[in-house]
Amino acid sequence: MYQILKAEKLADKIYLMVVEAPRIARSCEPGEFVIVKIDEEGERVPLTICDYDREKGTVTIVFQTVGASTQRMSDLKAGDAFRDFVGPLGNPSEFVKEDPETLKKKKILFVAGGVGAAPVYPQVKWMKEHGIDVDVIVGSKTKDLLILTEEMEKQAGSLYITTDDGSFGHKGMVTEVITDLVESQGKKYDTCVAIGPMIMMKFVCLLTKKLAIPTVVSLNPIMVDGTGMCGACRVTVGDKVKFACVDGPEFDGHLVNFDEAMKRQQLYRTQEGRAMLRIQEGDTHHGGCGHCGGEE
Amino acid sequence: METKRDMMVKVPVREQDPKVRAANFEEVCLGYNKEEAMAEAERCLNCKNAKCIAGCPVSIDIPAFIQEVKNGALEEAARVIARASALPAVCGRVCPQETQCEGLCIRGIKGEPVSIGKLERFVADWSREHGFVPEAPEKTNGKKVAVIGSGPCGLTCAGDLAKLGYEVTIFEALHEAGGVLTYGIPEFRLPKADVVQPEIDNVKKLGVRIETNVVIGKSVTIDELMEEEGFKAVFIGSGAGLPKFMGIPGENANGVFSANEYLTRSNLMKAFREDYDTPLMIGKNVVVVGGGNVAMDAARTALRLGAEVHIVYRRSEKELPARAEEVHHAKEEGIKFDLLTNPVEILTDDNGWVSGIICRRMELGEPDESGRRRPVEQAGSDFRIDADTVIMALGTSPNPLISATTEGLSVNRWKCIIADEKDGKTTKEGVYAGGDAVTGAATVILAMEAGRAGARGIDEYLSGKR
Repeated sequence: MYQILKAEKLADKIYLMVVEAPRIARSCEPGEFVIVKIDEEGERVPLTICDYDREKGTVTIVFQTVGASTQRMSDLKAGDAFRDFVGPLGNPSEFVKEDPETLKKKKILFVAGGVGAAPVYPQVKWMKEHGIDVDVIVGSKTKDLLILTEEMEKQAGSLYITTDDGSFGHKGMVTEVITDLVESQGKKYDTCVAIGPMIMMKFVCLLTKKLAIPTVVSLNPIMVDGTGMCGACRVTVGDKVKFACVDGPEFDGHLVNFDEAMKRQQLYRTQEGRAMLRIQEGDTHHGGCGHCGGEE
Repeated sequence: METKRDMMVKVPVREQDPKVRAANFEEVCLGYNKEEAMAEAERCLNCKNAKCIAGCPVSIDIPAFIQEVKNGALEEAARVIARASALPAVCGRVCPQETQCEGLCIRGIKGEPVSIGKLERFVADWSREHGFVPEAPEKTNGKKVAVIGSGPCGLTCAGDLAKLGYEVTIFEALHEAGGVLTYGIPEFRLPKADVVQPEIDNVKKLGVRIETNVVIGKSVTIDELMEEEGFKAVFIGSGAGLPKFMGIPGENANGVFSANEYLTRSNLMKAFREDYDTPLMIGKNVVVVGGGNVAMDAARTALRLGAEVHIVYRRSEKELPARAEEVHHAKEEGIKFDLLTNPVEILTDDNGWVSGIICRRMELGEPDESGRRRPVEQAGSDFRIDADTVIMALGTSPNPLISATTEGLSVNRWKCIIADEKDGKTTKEGVYAGGDAVTGAATVILAMEAGRAGARGIDEYLSGKR
């Protein structure tokens, strides 16, 4: 069992948990992920590592409730435990292997959408630890859904916050901020790292391709084992089929087939909806609607 | 009035009716009871130079245990088997006996061979029901050995080493031990709670620790285990879990799965049960591509979930690599076989979902280097099968994660670890390997044989090193 040491609600539907997992804390790097499973009946849920403390032996995860499993996870409190917590999985971000002195000469832009701020955070923190100032754009739908902005402020060279509805920071999408930085403020970037919902990464990539900024994205397809044995997470990158769990999760965003990836994310939408209804309506849900299979 | 039994044929084994079992996940074969087992044991000629033993990869003293069964001394029979095998309840069920022990049985020349597998299974099931457990060593020798992977190979190696007095820890990447016994082979062939778990528990009773959720090469490396955690030797039994795809158009469509994914969701994650969270796409028209045991397992699983199932295989029935018993069971249950057929394209609808599969008829040409006749495409023979789900069961290869993160461990061009067949020795000192990680996908019993050889190799290495 993997003890939860801290459980905190960061924003509407977004939760942070600090979990005791010494083996993972010792070996993980920015860009990698873990798989958590609540209990015997639970499913395996992949989550990017948000932070880690090698000495305390802890790993921090951030998740948004999007379905039945994450909803169940959000009910856990400090003192509870996950039955299974495995990792680190996937590959570290490329820059972890690079020489910090070379990196210092580069202009790097990080773009985080929504809960994507969580996986961006350890990368920005790593940069700061190695003396590299990077620009960071954090975007969300509205002010109440912004997370980790104070933490990000401490680690970023420059931080730009934007909300779709203008309730905090700039008003508009992250792509508009990128355009503004490059075209109005004359900034030049050697590389961009964009992590967030698939649709946001797709549009960032369309833009950065036009602006000729090489862009890395972190994909979040459906996964089961997360160790390369099933191919549930396969994505098309360039003309090759890759397994995101072992070949990624980070890829060259300009080569990713986002439309296919987004379709594959929808695979279990019906089942997920049913599972969610069971949780929300419990025993009262007996499928009177006739559409959701609850009557079976 | 009792009629004289025909000694040339096996005592038939009771099975669930095909119509009933096609709708449940309970075990198909019900096995022998004591009377049936004793009657079948009567058929054994107790040969002096028993050929059957040579056919068993772990060399169980078959006539000896069968004589005990014949006399009703079942605990003695269990002891004879335990000397050679750690997983008899599993092997009695999943070994391809027709090409191993039973294939060499003298009785098989004129009639049917002795039903060795079913007798082994009966003894193992009896042991479990009657609480017979293997004896743990009195004290350990204080030497730590790490075993990577808790499949049949790792379990056997760990069990043997524990019996020799070593302190063994198995590291398993998934959340449950058992490897393919747990995630791959379905309930209806190999019940998890009643058969697999008790055999794993027996290995634990020998003093073996199992640490789940550890991915070697990621959570910790082999070098770290040896340099920092005090393991004197390591055995790699990580299997061949990387699925192959065909590379045909439409293969990433929604509704196309590897058999590994389909079976993992169903067996390990228990997706077919309402009270478990993992979803599984239950198609109405399922096409399974491939002809091995994994293809049969995937097809029969889909059938039990309510689908109409086709198996598409590019060679003919004679070349099907699956066990004869499984093919027979699949047919009885109503699986349709499209033989000499090869998929060329998967069709999708506007939403990216599978709608059908285009197949091409094949005919058999000259034998290839493997000795099997090569399938040759028949021009202009393309036809369509309607499908909403396609399951690719084309075989698997070893995961390169361990070899890529271990200094000095060599692999061949198929990414299989290079290891000595006799003792499992690899190119790295103190590191041994066996099973599918070395041979590529093979059978449970061959993996056990390799685990046994590896344990011998490690014992020789560590006892010489004193």
